[in-house]
Amino acid sequence: MDKMLIVSANPHIRDKSSIAKIMYIVILSLVPAIFASYWFFGFRAIVLILIAIVSCLITEAAIQKFRKKPVTVYDGSAILTGILLAFNVPANIPWWIVMLGSIFAIAIAKQAFGGLGYNIFNPALIGRAFMLASWPVEMTSNKFWTQPYTGKTMDAISSATPLNLVKTALKDGSTKETVEILAEKGVGYWELFIGNVSGCIGETSFLALLIGVIALMILGLVNWRVPFFYVGTVFIMTWLMGYDPVFHILAGGLALGAFYMATDMVTSPISNNGNIVFALGLGFLTVSIRVWGGYPEGVSYSILIMNCLVPLINKFTVPKKFGFVKPKKA
Amino acid sequence: MKYTFSGGYHPPDGKSYSEKMPIEKMPSPKMAAIHLHQGGAPSKAVVNIGDEVKIGQPISEASGFVSVPVHASISGKIKAIAKITDAAGIKSDAVIIESDGKEEMFPGVGVKVDYSQFSADEIKKKIFSAGVTGMGGAKFPTHVKLSPPAEKRINHIILNGVECEPYLTADDRLMQESPDTIIEGLKLIMKVVNAESGIIGIEKNKPESIRIMKDKTASMKDIKVIDLEVKYPQGGEKQLIFAAIGKEVPSGGLPMDVGVVVSNVGTANAVYEAVALNKPFYERVVSVTGESITNPKNLLVRIGTPTSELIEYCGGVKEDVYKVVNGGPMMGAAMYSMEAPVHKGTSGILCLSKENAAVYEEQPCISCGKCVSVCPLKLVPTEIQMNVQYKKYEDAEKLGILDCMLCGTCAYVCPAKRNLVHYFMIGRARVAEMKRKK
Repeated sequence: MDKMLIVSANPHIRDKSSIAKIMYIVILSLVPAIFASYWFFGFRAIVLILIAIVSCLITEAAIQKFRKKPVTVYDGSAILTGILLAFNVPANIPWWIVMLGSIFAIAIAKQAFGGLGYNIFNPALIGRAFMLASWPVEMTSNKFWTQPYTGKTMDAISSATPLNLVKTALKDGSTKETVEILAEKGVGYWELFIGNVSGCIGETSFLALLIGVIALMILGLVNWRVPFFYVGTVFIMTWLMGYDPVFHILAGGLALGAFYMATDMVTSPISNNGNIVFALGLGFLTVSIRVWGGYPEGVSYSILIMNCLVPLINKFTVPKKFGFVKPKKA
Repeated sequence: MKYTFSGGYHPPDGKSYSEKMPIEKMPSPKMAAIHLHQGGAPSKAVVNIGDEVKIGQPISEASGFVSVPVHASISGKIKAIAKITDAAGIKSDAVIIESDGKEEMFPGVGVKVDYSQFSADEIKKKIFSAGVTGMGGAKFPTHVKLSPPAEKRINHIILNGVECEPYLTADDRLMQESPDTIIEGLKLIMKVVNAESGIIGIEKNKPESIRIMKDKTASMKDIKVIDLEVKYPQGGEKQLIFAAIGKEVPSGGLPMDVGVVVSNVGTANAVYEAVALNKPFYERVVSVTGESITNPKNLLVRIGTPTSELIEYCGGVKEDVYKVVNGGPMMGAAMYSMEAPVHKGTSGILCLSKENAAVYEEQPCISCGKCVSVCPLKLVPTEIQMNVQYKKYEDAEKLGILDCMLCGTCAYVCPAKRNLVHYFMIGRARVAEMKRKK
């Protein structure tokens, strides 16, 4: 036998999974949510998503070319960032804001940190924070929120998000129940659940996001502990504080955040226990911001804050190794 | 009851190539290169160039307590004592015997002995002088395992018939074809350390072996067979002990710390042969298998037979051969040279194709945590790897790099295809160096 053979360290067989496969499966799991965004906010939602994807891809390729690094835009991670970023904007936002947000997300939050795997923060959320800080009016003002397209009228009507509505009403001293405040605007739990409410294009449909994340849990690509303990904490905290827990779970970006942002592998802890601590922190921060903070929504900032704590969480949640022996005191 | 451990993963097992092939006796080679290091410290040669030797004749003596003698596996003339590349790719001392084709046995070898009256010490001596070592791969001298310090009481002998490595079928075949000698060997081992119970652990994907072993031991009160969940590395010593008796071997400790000695089923067979047939350990069962070998077989092979002869005997490799591995695909060693001879720990020779044994480019870790969830020792593989990569050996040690048994489960599942085990090997060597300096 004079053929040259390969020699390398064990194991000699490898699982067929790959980063690209994981990314594309996650993208696929977002199809119901993309469809929901089209259904409720019209074709413009799709345009915004495409703009974000293309901007992310071009930015990533350009930076990698410039830095003379292997171009890895085919791994799907930039596409995913694009979709998630676009999910975070209102439908009537000017398209160039989405483009700039995408460039910022990839260039600063991802590539400046060393690219995939080295980023501390979720790039899509950094993109959102950047857009929110730079164009607060376009990101939050009622003018850019649209009433979902209900099939009755093609005109998009500007309207406040449910979280905004309730927060404003409560601030104004309303003594009504959350359900009543919403009912005045024709919004019930069902509308919140399927996503027929005003909000960012990808965040409103709890149902579509839930379908996607359940598929990912079955495939083992999402650690169920993060969504479970995050949503659970929000439910219990708001309930104990006398708010409407069902409303707090269904409204706003909690589903998108808990299912897709907080579960981002790169920016969440490694071990199961670490993920539980991470999720509890997320729930606590989200409710705190929603209840005591200036913003009606607290999901994105809580995730960004918890992202910074991940190295610390990892350090303190190292699993107890097999056959652990308590070190003897010297 | 489910017998298993936490963590682990079940790769496609590839056993179908050779699991139905009965053990076949391979003709003895024209030339055998027998390495002097066959478990423990290298032994010292006691023959000279030109000497005539017969099958089973000792050709070296142990160089200490943790060392075993080796024996001639063919009859003929000592041609040389020289450095020969071994399965791990390292050149080390070996005795090279040229066959005279006579297949003559050394006096007394293979002669039935009445061993019923043997004392524990006599059995142990026999095991030692027959050069019996662990046959799972690590080649640890069996007599050392069976010599626990007086304060360590051994309650259980666990026979490892798990064979959780994909592809390998040598133990499976041996259990089906010589169950009696394995059980007899187990009884002998139990007698040496005065253990009250014997447990034979077999993975559920070997139903035939389980059935036969259960049948054979049905009337024995002190021996039981347990069927283990199919999961790699179920056959890891610590994992097997945990599955069988629910105890964790302490970190840095030995099975004897929880009152257990684990032996491979092949080793039990060798113990029987050493004691009852006065037959030293000069041949073993090897699975020659994989998708890139023409005729996969389970062969009874003389120690020292060059790998190339095994491959030739099985019809040669196919066009698409990419890697040849000595041992299993998860923990075996990729071979540099086909001249490397079979040693006492060679459980298989795998010929793998590029499709299955592809070498991938490493991608950055995306901290998906898969390695953490599969690590059978509950370590954090990715962090240990990073620490080794950045030469932070002290941190790697703190995270348990010395607990790692290089099973490769983490690297198997890693979607970024990181060569975790590669780094662990480097890291362990560096940490050991660091400790020596202290």
